[in-house]
Amino acid sequence: MHPAYTHEVYTVCTVAPMSIGHTLLGLLESGPRHGYDLKRTFDEKFGHDKPLHYGQVYSTMSRLLKNGLVEVDGVEAGGGPERKRYAITEAGITDVEKWLAAPEKPEPYLSSTLYTKVVLALLTGRDAADLLDTQRSEHLRMMRMLTERKRKGDLADQLICDHALFHLEADLRWLELTAARLDKLAAEVASR
Amino acid sequence: MSTQTAPAGSLLTAHDLRKAYGPTAALDGAHFSIHPGEVVAVMGPSGSGKSTLLHCLAGIVTPDSGTITYNGRELSAMSDGERSALRRSEFGFVFQFGQLVPELSCVENVALPLRLNGTKRKEAERAALHWMERLEVDDLAKKRPGEVSGGQGQRVAVARSLVTGPRVLFADEPTGALDSLNGERVMQLLTEAARSTNAAVVLVTHEARVAAYSDREIVVRDGKSRDMEPAL
Repeated sequence: MHPAYTHEVYTVCTVAPMSIGHTLLGLLESGPRHGYDLKRTFDEKFGHDKPLHYGQVYSTMSRLLKNGLVEVDGVEAGGGPERKRYAITEAGITDVEKWLAAPEKPEPYLSSTLYTKVVLALLTGRDAADLLDTQRSEHLRMMRMLTERKRKGDLADQLICDHALFHLEADLRWLELTAARLDKLAAEVASR
Repeated sequence: MSTQTAPAGSLLTAHDLRKAYGPTAALDGAHFSIHPGEVVAVMGPSGSGKSTLLHCLAGIVTPDSGTITYNGRELSAMSDGERSALRRSEFGFVFQFGQLVPELSCVENVALPLRLNGTKRKEAERAALHWMERLEVDDLAKKRPGEVSGGQGQRVAVARSLVTGPRVLFADEPTGALDSLNGERVMQLLTEAARSTNAAVVLVTHEARVAAYSDREIVVRDGKSRDMEPAL
């Protein structure tokens, strides 16, 4: 993984902690799996540089088991808990369906360091256009990296990179709009 | 900002370009340089002067002052005829709307720049088909532009821009009229084709996802250019 491929991207790539259970359940829909196999598939598809800890997998599976959303499909000989093979139950499938059908709460994006910097630059009489150009350049650097990864990657890579690219593009569109409004903004900020 | 000396190895450079339309300054001290095989995005808000910059670089518009040097020759020192010949043989163009000739088939459209340069029909169409294959539109050879989709038409236009083996490709909002998926495919094929022939690409766009196919960007604002540091 490229070192510059920082948390900026991973914040949109990683699965929020509260949905790990549903994600593991969803992965079980295609067939029973061992805990290790679940972890590996999760890491490949959703984990990137933040792989699941084994402890997280087994505590999640215990909870799902207790709630009747998964069942133990088999235990391999000589195995401890890590050798269990889990299968999703009908209740588990219903739970995944409900989770997928429920809309995610949109991010309000009402505060960000970027926004704060632009306003502060204006308040202090600095050249905000400069700041915008520099930030655009930095965003584009990341977007080039993602575009290259997308070009070389499989469908999963394309999907995750597109997700990040559209969000970065949204930042830039806001920057462009802000640049266009800079004069008006400067007048407003100065009059407060 | 660029310095007065052209960067070493650059193919096309512009220094301190100024161009006014009546009282309005479209370019007010713009600089530019591009190397062979390099893709440079020209970004900036509407009306910032980015299209005027492209037109000056391509020798379509004559700046009021400043210099443009292509491959060691100053554009302003050339006659109109020489500049036209340069555009036909060394430069390629892609615009937002393909601007294909509706009466000609797609293969005839792609072959057109070669035919204008005096290449025989068979040879021109053979070269045209090669580029249409590269752009994955060879199955549309016999169709008229009106019979193909926007994305396909734009790929035909890209094939046409590359058929003469240009050293500089000028692309002005080449995906502006396409949806995301078609725009992305056009950009992939355009940049791959240009890189394989070591052509330089001047890419005017306001879309960041399109600019992400470039090696670096310059920003034009109020007719002034700002050359951002090349990506590391």
